[in-house]
Amino acid sequence: MAANEPSTAATVPQSGFRADRFSVRLESLLVLVVLIVALSFLSPYFLSVSNFLNILLATSVIGVLGFGATFVIAAAGIDLSLGSVLALSGVVGALSVNALNLPWPAAIVTCLAVGAFCGLINGLLNAKAGIPAFIVTLGMLGVARGLGLVFTNGQPVYGMPDPIVFLGQGRPFGVPMPVFIFIGVAIVAHFVLAFTRFGKYALVIGDNETAARAMGIRVERHRVALYMVSGTLAGLAGLIFLARVNSGDPTAGLNYELTAITAAILGGSNLFGGRASVLGTLIGALVMGVLQNGLNLLAVSSFYQQMAIGAVLVLAVWLDQVNRARGQR
Amino acid sequence: MSLLELDGIMKHFGPVQVLLGVDLKVEAGEVVALVGDNGAGKSTLMKIITGIHKPDGGTIHFDGADISGHSPGEIRERGIEMIYQDLALARMQDVASNIFLGREPTKRLLGTPIRMLDRARIEQEAEAMIRKLGARVPSVRHPVGKLSGGQQQSVAIARALTFNPKLVIMDEPTAALAVREVEHVLDLIRELKRQKIAVILISHRLTDVFAVCDRVVALRQGRVVSDEPITQTSMNAVVAHIVGAA
Repeated sequence: MAANEPSTAATVPQSGFRADRFSVRLESLLVLVVLIVALSFLSPYFLSVSNFLNILLATSVIGVLGFGATFVIAAAGIDLSLGSVLALSGVVGALSVNALNLPWPAAIVTCLAVGAFCGLINGLLNAKAGIPAFIVTLGMLGVARGLGLVFTNGQPVYGMPDPIVFLGQGRPFGVPMPVFIFIGVAIVAHFVLAFTRFGKYALVIGDNETAARAMGIRVERHRVALYMVSGTLAGLAGLIFLARVNSGDPTAGLNYELTAITAAILGGSNLFGGRASVLGTLIGALVMGVLQNGLNLLAVSSFYQQMAIGAVLVLAVWLDQVNRARGQR
Repeated sequence: MSLLELDGIMKHFGPVQVLLGVDLKVEAGEVVALVGDNGAGKSTLMKIITGIHKPDGGTIHFDGADISGHSPGEIRERGIEMIYQDLALARMQDVASNIFLGREPTKRLLGTPIRMLDRARIEQEAEAMIRKLGARVPSVRHPVGKLSGGQQQSVAIARALTFNPKLVIMDEPTAALAVREVEHVLDLIRELKRQKIAVILISHRLTDVFAVCDRVVALRQGRVVSDEPITQTSMNAVVAHIVGAA
């Protein structure tokens, strides 16, 4: 068609494997390796299987939240309610078995359902009512936190049935259950974001919303679905938290959204959408986990740890901007 | 019945009346120019055809069916493609993803009902389309944002032509192109006409309009003020219609 010159058209490499769909930002991987090497020298307790399992266990909640943040960020959204939704889900999950005397699976179902419902509200207010995501989820941060406190009078709800406690404290093959959940969610989330239409459309919406709409993608519906994904993952994180500490704590997960979003950005997801990677977030979450673990081992006060998280967030975004400025012709 | 029939299309944005009852017919294989000053309502009219805006009044029939109020996805399914002035490309995604945007073929994951993108097919067919158009693009895996303006245009064109459209709308396709690339686009329009594909060309460049179009429709302040076969009009007459001097 209209070929008025010899074509030297596009070429498709022969192999079906696409490395770029597994790629993570090299810098974040480098940061992780440097941290691990440095801490191995700084602390005699750092380099051991049991300590690494500890890090994975401590990272599992933040990691699952980070995967939720990744989906929303892919579409140029933001979810600031992750930590509060975690707490509300855990509290309602605990109450369902503890106050309502429902059988133990009810805790799992309610945790996930409460998370999904909060996500649905976030999504509807953002996509359908057109309120900026920042404001909607900031509102949810307050409302969900407050609801959790109201439901429990501010007191933790103690005592979960054994199967739920197993989810948090069980150690099949010596590996903590939350680590299995964490890795399992990572695999599924990576598949969905990198290999399905659902993930592709999230990235396209974040990249160019007008184009997405013009090409027939149902942008509003997709946005709602994405907030439901992040809400549901916050609910799952709430379940893990609930199971680990054997109680529904309305003050759980305070400021976790900050760490989760930091993990996503550190992993190479673009805060303004269009580029996001679950594997990257996994690396980012591990950087945060290793950092926290190392600071603990070196007996650095947790006050400084807060500062470290904040500084890492700014540093990660700055690195990203420098990188992109260099990437432009 | 014509391929496309617009009947009394009205549209306002708040208090601003943009379209005041537009009638337009396009036959299969016909190339129709839509001209008009800035703000005459050309782009709004086209976005109503493609389903991005909903008309406040009037009907749209395409290929015998009423498509008024249908969604952009449904309208693309029926065979109307538009090449937007800003190209509507996802710049961080690669060439192949952009060509198949919204229509990605999927395959089963290891025989389960779970569906995943069929990347191999997407890349092969995107590659074939780029080759067919004779476009020069480094690789279908290249992010679109890193391509030149002309190459991005090729990607937008490839996307519009991959799914056998019956009508292609082009909004200022040559405005940002070099002379040689303009000739390429005009050749493409002639080729579409040969294949009985209808084209609506929005352009300020009357030389382009007179080079390829069968008919020229002038829009002025939300109304059709002239609709003439190209052989029975002149550039001066068209300019007069656009500015309202005739």
